[in-house]
Amino acid sequence: MAKPNAKGSTAKLPKAPTGIQGLDEITGGGFPLGRPTLVCGAAGCGKTLLAMEFLVRGAIEQGEPGVFIAFEETAEELAANVKSLGFDLGKLTDQKKLLVDHVVLDANQIDENGEYDLSGLFIRLGYSIDAIGAKRVVLDTIETLFGGFQNQAILRAELRRLFRWLKDKGVTAIITAERGEGTLTRQGLEEYVSDCVILLDHRVNDQVSTRRLRIVKYRGTSHGTNEYPFLIDEDGFSVLPITGAGLTHVASDERISTGIPRLDAMLGGGGVYRGSSVLVSGTAGTGKSSLAAHLARESCARGERCLYFAFEESESQIVRNMTSIGVDLRPWIKKGLLKFVAGRPTANGLEMHLAVMHRAIRQFQPRMVVVDPVSNLAEAGILRDASLMLTRLIDFLKGEQITAIFTSLTAGGEQKEETEVGISSVIDTWLLVRSIELGGERNRGLYVIKSRGMAHSNQIREFLLTPRGIDLLDVYVGPEGVLTGSMRLSREAREKAEEAERARDADLRRRVSERRRRAIEAQIAALRGELEEEVAIDRGTEAGERERMARASETRQAMARSRKADATKGSSSNGRGGARTGA
Amino acid sequence: MKVSAATKATKKKAADEDASGEFWNLRLYVAGQSAKCVAAVRNLNAFCETHLAGRYRIEVIDLLENPKLARDDQILAIPTLVRKLPEPLRKIVGDLSSSERMLVGFNLRQASP
Repeated sequence: MAKPNAKGSTAKLPKAPTGIQGLDEITGGGFPLGRPTLVCGAAGCGKTLLAMEFLVRGAIEQGEPGVFIAFEETAEELAANVKSLGFDLGKLTDQKKLLVDHVVLDANQIDENGEYDLSGLFIRLGYSIDAIGAKRVVLDTIETLFGGFQNQAILRAELRRLFRWLKDKGVTAIITAERGEGTLTRQGLEEYVSDCVILLDHRVNDQVSTRRLRIVKYRGTSHGTNEYPFLIDEDGFSVLPITGAGLTHVASDERISTGIPRLDAMLGGGGVYRGSSVLVSGTAGTGKSSLAAHLARESCARGERCLYFAFEESESQIVRNMTSIGVDLRPWIKKGLLKFVAGRPTANGLEMHLAVMHRAIRQFQPRMVVVDPVSNLAEAGILRDASLMLTRLIDFLKGEQITAIFTSLTAGGEQKEETEVGISSVIDTWLLVRSIELGGERNRGLYVIKSRGMAHSNQIREFLLTPRGIDLLDVYVGPEGVLTGSMRLSREAREKAEEAERARDADLRRRVSERRRRAIEAQIAALRGELEEEVAIDRGTEAGERERMARASETRQAMARSRKADATKGSSSNGRGGARTGA
Repeated sequence: MKVSAATKATKKKAADEDASGEFWNLRLYVAGQSAKCVAAVRNLNAFCETHLAGRYRIEVIDLLENPKLARDDQILAIPTLVRKLPEPLRKIVGDLSSSERMLVGFNLRQASP
């Protein structure tokens, strides 16, 4: 086998891939090749399984046969234990890819007398390794030897020799050990196996168990130092490598519709960014799931897969309920574009949930993920864990450019602008659906609390669930505040009435003024008539005067003639004055 | 498998320390000619001649030659002495340097001279 460069500590250490989901990522490629690795942990934390999966995957995926030295269980028991994980040990054994050797130790049968060593074990191991050309070896659990033999000095010396011998053999080995009080292993095996030490842990918080894995030491490799949650399920062991450290995901410029045109309009006209995280929060019954269903349907309509994690309702219940508001999800489920994963949050610990979601996402490869609701996950663990878990989930989804839709139930009463699970800061678009209680009614109002990277509306919209889906309406904003529902309707009606009344008033006023104008005009006409009459009378008077004066003049002349007097100037000037008046 | 010493049973019950007078079938597992193994063979022969003369059989098995037997017979420590007969099966590990301990181990204490 290839020897690592003895001098160069920078030289890359050759690794043996474990094939276990996530574990290779956090160890930078697997366990150190050709060296022993110590896996320690308390009883029942999955040491044996990890070791067995290492062998099985090595045999199947890497073509490296493996030997399992079982100190605690028989080959049959082991085979039965891992059968539920889909490992067929019998078949692998028949194919000479795996060899399980059960070492029986019964301290009662053994008496010690004088010097001895464990050459028998070495011979046995060597024989098994050579029989199938094994490249991987598991010793589970070698500490059992301490129960079988009394001479500790001999045992320790022999263990040291064994690990040296394994290295010389060039096999990649896993040695499992029980965790001790205050120490990694009960017998201090970490002294002998110094290349790589993995610690498994199984904790129970509030009756919910979580499993964690930590790399205590990995000589020559930079490794994650965190505790990584892991799970054991029907597909075996999987470690969640979601470190959450990198904020390196690419932000997409692509906008995707929410399926509600007016909501798109509120979000700057184009909907949400692809790969962003959307939170829909609100109190009970405000239509969060309905909103999420719209987004899911829209995703499917674009031909993109959507994965729906339901933590409150079963698949059929959601489908039925959504059908009632005109969102028919069935065809998409049939087409395989929409998939539901439903489960109670308390069914698993948080890590298990995260792992299950992780795996489902990996398998289904969706472009959109709905988690309905995330707030329930807090029930599955302590709050801080829940928010950590969701942050990791969001990071993972962003890394994969998957649009994430979360719904979150906020406790009733006063509307809080925070989520129960405290993830609001990592959310890109936050829609709040709140119920507005007014005039003996509860109506829904939707607004955009934040939406990163877009000019979003600052207005409240009334959120209506109609048989044709969600509709958003303008709410009435006036001197009386924000009105919704019937009050909005009545207010609108009243406004219409007022408008009509105003129109009527104006009409009336117009007619009145018309009438008055006409009256004035009529008056003017009458006055003009009077004036004319007056003029005519004036003229008539003047003419009469002139006639009278002419007649008087004639009379005077006649009198003068009769008196034989001269004509006077005064009579002619009188006559001229009368003519001037008439003109 | 080499049988280094095989004494035929001679049925001289009365003369023996072991009152039961049963026949002893012993098997000694060694690995090559290491000092411990050589010592174990020597010590065992001496013990048997002293305490079980005429009614024992010793089978010495070198696991380097028969590695498969290490697995089949569940042998870890070398040297290991297995008493197959009389029942019950007993195992003693070590170079058998103390014959006192062997007597205790084989429940022959009360019969020793």
